Amino acid sequence: MSILKVNNLSVSFKQYTSGLRQTTHQVISNLNIELVSGEILAVVGASGSGKSLLAHAILGILPLNAETSGQITYDGEVLTSKRQEQLRGKEIALVPQSVSYLNPLMRVGSQVRSSVRKRNAKQAQEEVFQRYHLKKEVGNMYPFQLSGGMARRVLVSTAMVSGASVIIADEPTPGLDKVVIEEALNNFREFADQGCAVMLISHDIESALKIADKVAVFYEGTVLEVAPVEDFEGKGDRLRHPYTQALWRALPQNDFTWIEGSI
Amino acid sequence: MLLEAKNIGFKYGAGDWLFRHVDLQVEALEVVGITGPSGVGKTTFSRILADYELPNEGTVTMDGKPIMTSSYHPVQLVFQHPEKAVNPRWKLRRTLNEGWQPNDDFLDKLGIKQEWLNRWPNELSGGELQRFCVARALGPKTKFLIADEMTTMLDAVTQAQIWHAVLDIAKERNMGVLVISHDQHLINRVCTRVLEF
Amino acid sequence: MQLSNKQLLKQPLNKRQRTLLVCIGLSIVVCVVVLTGILLDENRIATNLEVRNSPPSLDHLFGTDWLGRDMFSRTLMGLSLSIGVGLTGAIGSATISVILGLVAATMGKVADSIVTWLIDLFLSVPHLVSLILIAFAFGGGFKGIVLGIALTHWPSLARVIRSEVMQVRSLDFVQVSKKMGKSRWWITKEHMLPHIIPQMLVGVLLLFPHAILHEAAVTFLGLGLSPQEPAIGIILSESMRYLSVGMWWLAFFPGICLLFIVRMFDKIGDNLRMLIDPHHAHR
Repeated sequence: MSILKVNNLSVSFKQYTSGLRQTTHQVISNLNIELVSGEILAVVGASGSGKSLLAHAILGILPLNAETSGQITYDGEVLTSKRQEQLRGKEIALVPQSVSYLNPLMRVGSQVRSSVRKRNAKQAQEEVFQRYHLKKEVGNMYPFQLSGGMARRVLVSTAMVSGASVIIADEPTPGLDKVVIEEALNNFREFADQGCAVMLISHDIESALKIADKVAVFYEGTVLEVAPVEDFEGKGDRLRHPYTQALWRALPQNDFTWIEGSI
Repeated sequence: MLLEAKNIGFKYGAGDWLFRHVDLQVEALEVVGITGPSGVGKTTFSRILADYELPNEGTVTMDGKPIMTSSYHPVQLVFQHPEKAVNPRWKLRRTLNEGWQPNDDFLDKLGIKQEWLNRWPNELSGGELQRFCVARALGPKTKFLIADEMTTMLDAVTQAQIWHAVLDIAKERNMGVLVISHDQHLINRVCTRVLEF
Repeated sequence: MQLSNKQLLKQPLNKRQRTLLVCIGLSIVVCVVVLTGILLDENRIATNLEVRNSPPSLDHLFGTDWLGRDMFSRTLMGLSLSIGVGLTGAIGSATISVILGLVAATMGKVADSIVTWLIDLFLSVPHLVSLILIAFAFGGGFKGIVLGIALTHWPSLARVIRSEVMQVRSLDFVQVSKKMGKSRWWITKEHMLPHIIPQMLVGVLLLFPHAILHEAAVTFLGLGLSPQEPAIGIILSESMRYLSVGMWWLAFFPGICLLFIVRMFDKIGDNLRMLIDPHHAHR
């Protein structure tokens, strides 16, 4: 069952090119994407190609000089910026890139508690910490005291306790080693298995393929192809778009080749 | 050419040692990979090799002699984030020519288009900027190149293209290359030898 | 897409254009004040005992004083003198702060601690006290007051520039430049200065109101310019004696004008700062 739909979304920015001339710079154009409950959709593409902006557009946290067109529907209801604000962190939760998204002056325990709804906050926080192997003392720490792996788990806990039905993870794994990456990815798989729709934004195809159900290939502000994970195998002959094929073949574990004109 | 690090140790301020007693030898034409979990000091070690940071103990030498620091450094480092490594107020032609003047063939090899030279950094993507950073670091006096997560943020196609160019040029120029990466597949693909940090 | 001039006129102005317009408008006002102050005929403020102590009228917009001098002309001349003092002082101050800021941030630890110590020293004494002392030491008058302002207003800007340079210095592209074999001076000139110039411009503009108010204060206290150089501070202090006899216009108009000019510089500085600030820059 599709829960979140993005229809024909375009995002552009107003920017000063030289001196006083202001131009509009399109970063996402005519993008369509669909999130399904219980499934993980991986959005892969080069960094700087506008993937994060897609997440920000869904959450309604684009910068002020951005203009959007198109439609985002959640559970059949068209999202307005006011509605986005109501749903943000409750029905639609973001797992951001780094600790810098946590409030540096607030103990992490109370930050996690503040996103609990419906249930006993204290109890929910303690349960989720236990589940992610965070010691009780961690709740009393400030963000700067956390290691990279711990911070990751705190961010995931925050999304977990919110009981959101859509979770958007924005590049959750760069610069982490294998063990931590594995752990983070498994967390997202668990979310999906509980019935959430998960959107995993990443430039790392390999790790995305491990847990995702479908992969959306993002290039120059639009989605070229949404392919089931099974199609990414062998020489990639089952992939439809030439860029997706090129991307697959260019991986170091595959051919490590590149074709002129494919970029 | 032999780049040699002997008994390197580093600590921040008066704190604990981040690492100690690290030795490494890289010869020309070698491609050496460095892997290991996050936070063990791989980046700091590479910065020490390229003279961005001073070690608390140990020495870095080239062919047994200390490296002259006042002129073009024979050990060049390429960073993970190209956006930070170029001056946002300079057009890219100026950034490219800061150390040396690469010719058109060279730019072709790295996939740098002529029209990019007259653009500002914020008008290009990370992959495009990283090509400039690589070109800038590959001056004729460069003997060793250190790639610290050089293509981690880039898509696979760009990654493959940049690495092919770098390996070709390294062979042509008799250079040594050090690769720091979490990507085991990349390390397996490009390196002749791997150091577990 | 190229737009014709007509289309351009119809488009609402973007933020940067509006800010620029505001800045230009305010600068023109300041220039007019300064120029009229300089070009006004000395005769306009000649003593004319027949019309002394007259309240504001069409002939004398700001009224006349106890010697029958036209207050409007006096105010303009006073303002232009004050602006001159303030501007020279502010520019001098800014130059000192840029030099000291750069020295502190690029010349090593010893230089840094000396400059930091100097900054703390000057900041620990109230501006006005050190200003009076320095002005006095240089023999007062125009030279004394300008030197006094230049030598007392640099510390806060120097501190800003020092930290700015330190931040720029640790950026990757500056470090890379060093490894390209560029000299310290070359890097300072080509990479760092362009980064701090906008900060410096704003700094000067925001320094200016301080400078002019302090100049007025010192002159008002009788330690700055002499009565032959009718700066705003002199006019105000002389007028004080006549306020009690109900001649309110003597202090009211010059005071308002002074506040107005100061506020204008503040506004220009704020606007420019907004343009530089990356969070507002692209609106």
